[in-house]
Amino acid sequence: MKITVRYFASIREALGTGSESLETQATNLAQLRDELIARPGAAAEVLARGRAVRLALNQVMSDEAALLTEGCEVAFFPPVTGG
Amino acid sequence: MTQARVSIQTEDFDLSAEVALLRASDARVGAVCSFVGTVRDRNGGVDPSVQSMELEHYPGMTEKSIEAMIDEAQRRFDIFGARVVHRVGLLQPLDQIVLVAVTSAHRGESFKACEFLMDYLKTQAPFWKKEKTPAGAHWVDARVSDDAALQRWGISGANAA
Repeated sequence: MKITVRYFASIREALGTGSESLETQATNLAQLRDELIARPGAAAEVLARGRAVRLALNQVMSDEAALLTEGCEVAFFPPVTGG
Repeated sequence: MTQARVSIQTEDFDLSAEVALLRASDARVGAVCSFVGTVRDRNGGVDPSVQSMELEHYPGMTEKSIEAMIDEAQRRFDIFGARVVHRVGLLQPLDQIVLVAVTSAHRGESFKACEFLMDYLKTQAPFWKKEKTPAGAHWVDARVSDDAALQRWGISGANAA
């Protein structure tokens, strides 16, 4: 399915992009993260298991079990530091 | 005109004007509690090393998440109104960053709701701070103590850990 993936803060900087559209075989966020880690480039390091990465699905904080849907928006970002 | 509950903006805000709008012609209000967060010139140490701060956010999700926090505060506490203003972009030491203001009949509910909203915002709203120092720029680390602050309210949303 086709989805939009967004990146913020240190992850955005490391990947050199804030957003991309991609075609994925993944059905949930964990599988999507694995797909991204497997790609050549900086994602393998910044999204690696054990790194503090937070996820949102359709602009709501989510865990990796959350299911993807056609056209959904996923975001990967470091722990938040507002306020 | 009804005042928006959440504003994400680059420009500064005026505490008095915001509070005046929040209480406007609501004679039920007997208490207003507000919190203003400001940019410090240091982070942790005693040396004033922070020259400026860049605040990034996730447009759309930021507003949605704070609206949801205010809804939750309305459910938990006996409050009338709440207002959150958060600045983004380039800020300098001494600048105001964030305002949370709450109204209620008596002080207890306003104090609690104001602290609840700040604790929630620190760990659940998608903002990121990048500090510029003489040694270079770096992203600020999330604090485990902020997660602990949220847990006091019975919410186990791990952010830093």
